[in-house]
Amino acid sequence: MANAHGAGAIATGGAALAAPTRFAHRRSRHIKERVIEALLFLSAFSAVATTVAIVAVLLYESAAFFEHVSIVEFLTGTEWTPLFENAKYGILPLVAGTLVTAGVGLAVAVPLGLVTAIYLSEFAPHRVRETVKPFLELLEGVPTVVYGYFALLFVTPLLQRLLPGLPGFNMLSAGIVIGVMIIPYVSSVSEDAMRAVPMSLREGSYAMGATRFQTAVRVVLPAAVSGVVAAFILGISRAVGETMVVAIAAGQQPNFTLDPTESAATITAYIVQVALGDLPHASIGYQSIFAAGLVLVAMTLAFNIIGHYLRRRFREVY
Amino acid sequence: MSSVPFSIGPAAQAAPVRPPAAQEAEAVGRPAPRPAAPPVPVKAEVRELEFHYGDFQGLKGLSMPVHERRVTALIGPSGCGKSTFLRCFNRMHDLYPGNRYRGEIRLLPDGTNLLASAVDPIEVRMRISMVFQKPNPFPKSIYENVAYGLRVRGEGNRRAIDDKVEQALRSAALWDEVKDRLQDLAFNLSGGQQQRLCIARALATDPEIMLFDEPTSALDPIATASIEELIADLKDKLTILIVTHNMQQAARVSDYTAYMYLGELVEFDTTERIFMQPKRKETEDYITGRFG
Ligand SMILES: Nc1ncnc2c1ncn2[C@@H]1O[C@H](COP(=O)(O)OP(=O)(O)OP(=O)(O)O)[C@@H](O)[C@H]1O
Ligand SMILES: [Mg+2]
Repeated sequence: MANAHGAGAIATGGAALAAPTRFAHRRSRHIKERVIEALLFLSAFSAVATTVAIVAVLLYESAAFFEHVSIVEFLTGTEWTPLFENAKYGILPLVAGTLVTAGVGLAVAVPLGLVTAIYLSEFAPHRVRETVKPFLELLEGVPTVVYGYFALLFVTPLLQRLLPGLPGFNMLSAGIVIGVMIIPYVSSVSEDAMRAVPMSLREGSYAMGATRFQTAVRVVLPAAVSGVVAAFILGISRAVGETMVVAIAAGQQPNFTLDPTESAATITAYIVQVALGDLPHASIGYQSIFAAGLVLVAMTLAFNIIGHYLRRRFREVY
Repeated sequence: MSSVPFSIGPAAQAAPVRPPAAQEAEAVGRPAPRPAAPPVPVKAEVRELEFHYGDFQGLKGLSMPVHERRVTALIGPSGCGKSTFLRCFNRMHDLYPGNRYRGEIRLLPDGTNLLASAVDPIEVRMRISMVFQKPNPFPKSIYENVAYGLRVRGEGNRRAIDDKVEQALRSAALWDEVKDRLQDLAFNLSGGQQQRLCIARALATDPEIMLFDEPTSALDPIATASIEELIADLKDKLTILIVTHNMQQAARVSDYTAYMYLGELVEFDTTERIFMQPKRKETEDYITGRFG
């Protein structure tokens, strides 16, 4: 009793005496936290700032372009002939080329990536998974220029045997190779999402007498759908932005068509072509790449917004 | 109304909804003693059951009967092997590598040894269903959750599935709450409703035995009471094994009780005898709370 009382007295006395130091201590901690917070904010902000800066530059440079070409003509024109005497700047042929190659790529990458993810997450024994994953990562690391020549020199001749008359440059071959290229992205993000599904859901399914395949397809996949959608969006962004493969294997002639067996240029292929070419910097032709870049950013953004919406709609709920 | 025997709650705890006359003989708060005369048929016979998780022996020579259309409770301190034992009945351990069974669980009347390697675990799980500790509804609608077992069995007849789903939801005392929103996602239900949904899901395939692993430990007292009532009702139709940490729950819902300790079966008897006059000192200590 007496002891406790004494301790209390000391504590109060101590607190009274130590009050200024305790206060200072608090303030210094407060400052430290503010500094840390500021640093964290800055690093987060740098990403946002870069994005904003890129869009700003694109807008600024394309403003000059749009002084010469009307926005309506740019967005609805079906001819893109910047090198002709009577140059036409209709972006649709480039958009079509971009969508067709990306579409072919997705038609390859989505099913194969998904099947790979299901296999690795739900079926593969530990040893197999540990062997296959490094190969997939290796596939991710191959420089895209290698994929480009692979498309041009290997896939195209192969396709020409199946489809006689297929031109040497065509979107089909480029699209297929883009698809192979993005399989690892689609499969690894999907696999992570599927592996994050709690074991209790799988056990629930097995306990009902389901097979492994039924469990994977009817329970695990729906539970992971939000991550799988994210994987698809990542794949689309990669496919739309892919440059080397299309520049090398799809041909560089803008061509307003949705037929993948034809040759065509994409937005990205056009941009590198001009950026590396010898158009004078102030010319309209040169400025057109900024307008094209703007369209590319807008397309990617649109896919991401759709993806975001889909993810919210089927958000993970387990 | 429905054929669900809400009003015939077999365990003593369901008292409020039962005709009082029929219940007089039963002591309030204690399990109903069954008339000793006709021996209760056995649904499954466990013989010398041993189980290994890799090198670790989880079960050591268990032998006991599981009586038909009765509730058998498995009790014992945490880590004694209750879940391990329960999960042998539907071969859940087959899902993970390195697990080994020895001994047998004979399912009567056909006498199949559930643990035989020639027996397909999927076949076993089609006859013996399970409800887990944490409600684990699938990311599907309420309807599709209940229909799941039928769908994986290849049942394609819509009418047949509709009927089964309704019947199962009624038996799980959930029908009235969800009949107007069968297409809603199951996750929108409350925890107690989700657990009853999982019970409906397990019931829809007409199992012979139902396994419950601490089905109420994640639920509030009201949801717990409704699940207990449900279990009491279900035993008119099927055999039930339930793991519980709650002594009162074991006393309320079960007819037989097995007390386990460190992977061994210490004592098995009617719930009444286990709680009123256990033969083993360890059992008594555990039940009276002097241990564990
Ligand atoms: N997958 C596993 N691998 C190895 N040992 C395990 C595994 N699962 C459980 N065990 C061990 O087996 C023993 C029994 O576990 P079990 O889960 O059956 O206990 P329990 O009686 O259900 O406990 P609780 O009441 O806490 O749920 C414990 O010692 C546990 O550590
Ligand atoms: Mg347990």
